[in-house]
Amino acid sequence: MLSVSDLNVWFGQIPDRVDAVRGAGFQVAPGESFGLVGESGSGKSTVLRAIAGLIPTWSGSIRVDGADLREGRRDRAFFKTVQMVFQDPYASLHPRHSVDAVLAETLRLQGMDRIDQRIVRLLDDVGLGQSFRFRYPHQLSGGQRQRVAIARALAAEPRLLLLDEPTSALDVSVQAEILNLLADLRAEHKLTYLMVSHDLSVIGHMCDRLAVMQQGRIVEILPVADLRAGRSTAPYTAQLMAASEGYRALEAAPAP
Amino acid sequence: MTAAPTSPDSPQTRPRTRRDWLLSDAPQTRRQARLGAIYQGWLTFRANKLAMLGLVILVLLIGMAILAPWIAPQSPYAQNLADRLQPPSAAHWLGTDALGRDILSRLIHGSRITLFIVGTVALIAPIIGLFIGTVAGFAGGWVDQVLMRITDIFLAFPKLILALAFVAALGPSIGNAVLALALTAWPPYARLARAETLTIRNADFIAAARLQGAGRLRLLIGHIWPLCVSSLIVRVALDMAGIILSAAGLGFLGLGAQPPLPEWGAMISDGRAYILDFWWVAAMPGLAIFTVSMAFNLLGDGLRDVLDPKGDKS
Repeated sequence: MLSVSDLNVWFGQIPDRVDAVRGAGFQVAPGESFGLVGESGSGKSTVLRAIAGLIPTWSGSIRVDGADLREGRRDRAFFKTVQMVFQDPYASLHPRHSVDAVLAETLRLQGMDRIDQRIVRLLDDVGLGQSFRFRYPHQLSGGQRQRVAIARALAAEPRLLLLDEPTSALDVSVQAEILNLLADLRAEHKLTYLMVSHDLSVIGHMCDRLAVMQQGRIVEILPVADLRAGRSTAPYTAQLMAASEGYRALEAAPAP
Repeated sequence: MTAAPTSPDSPQTRPRTRRDWLLSDAPQTRRQARLGAIYQGWLTFRANKLAMLGLVILVLLIGMAILAPWIAPQSPYAQNLADRLQPPSAAHWLGTDALGRDILSRLIHGSRITLFIVGTVALIAPIIGLFIGTVAGFAGGWVDQVLMRITDIFLAFPKLILALAFVAALGPSIGNAVLALALTAWPPYARLARAETLTIRNADFIAAARLQGAGRLRLLIGHIWPLCVSSLIVRVALDMAGIILSAAGLGFLGLGAQPPLPEWGAMISDGRAYILDFWWVAAMPGLAIFTVSMAFNLLGDGLRDVLDPKGDKS
């Protein structure tokens, strides 16, 4: 479904060029859910944005569904296959467009017919009722906004969904709702996920395999089962595990 | 906002009154949603007493301009040298000028000219500014450089001096005064629109629209303009007073409306010679300019409350 090899992404011109991603490579099979983990600044979101075509400065090879992506503008077929859900639902919805306007425009851009029926169905799919249809983003909570953003991503009926920390800007209780919704949608629409997160437990919950990134490089790719069993080979993965374990242990420990 | 008392979940229950229908938090159609949003904006605006005062003054001004021939007691051009420079009285409420013309009638007819100038400038300048500013901000690179340097050139001259130069080159008349004012008023709007565009263009919602295959023109018109327009409208409403004064200034200098047209600035200019002995000749049109400028300022303040998207988050 998606195959990335030797991907380099950089920002800026030569004297102060920053190499955000160096020689990244991984494959995602159809129907798989693949996670990218790493600390802040490790380049995991940059990989996603480069795949989506939002960063023009990259080299290497990105193949989606067998089609080689070139630098520059993506074509219509790409937008129909790949969609993205952004990290911050407060920034990813136009403040002056109602839910209805967002979905209607998206459907029109994607050349869909029967737009009214599709909007109704999309809202049902993401668990928002019809009463939300004409609301503006400022009338919605963070979780509701993220549902709208997911509905927008699903409007094109894509097969690959890029998820850029879709829950990190949300409350803990809402995080679980959104993760469950994403899991349900994947089963229902047979979607392939490429999910970025700094949270190992989210990746463990959502993904089949994951890649661990550190300072722009992929240090290890392993199945989630191996991660759980502690069969990681790279020392950095163990560090990450220990960090999240330690945090959890501290949290669980009763106050002295 | 108060929620409609009817249950929003059941589409069968029809809201009872028109107010409930407008304020329903679960509109059934696009039309209802749009009307509801307008009504909510109106409620916000109405809560601002001073802005309402400005609106009332402007509605009266527009009414006055439309009905000028019927409500003016005399013709604005009728001269009566026997009655020249009469103080305000029952016969001439605001007195008469040096040629014995009724000042009230001239003010009423002059509102048409004022509205024409202000309306045209307020339509042309922000549109030029919006276009240049958003294109510069969105395109970036050399397009941005070229457009902003042109803007800087215009900004480098004092507005009125530049307008004077334009009018002097084109010949004095109302049409040319409007053109000159519009050509000198757009650069601040372009700057404003560009600054707004720069904050918006890398936003995630623009990236999301791009991922749906939206072209640059659609992004510019459908996504960036709506966010720039509200601040521009507010800025225009606040600048209206300045535009009226600039137009009056051109009229005062004899480069705008030509006599005997009853343009307010030209009327002040006429009264200048008698300002110490016959104060009303200059004071009455001055008062009119002051009232209308203030009304636009108050309206602008009220519009800012309604239109500012940042206010929505509170």
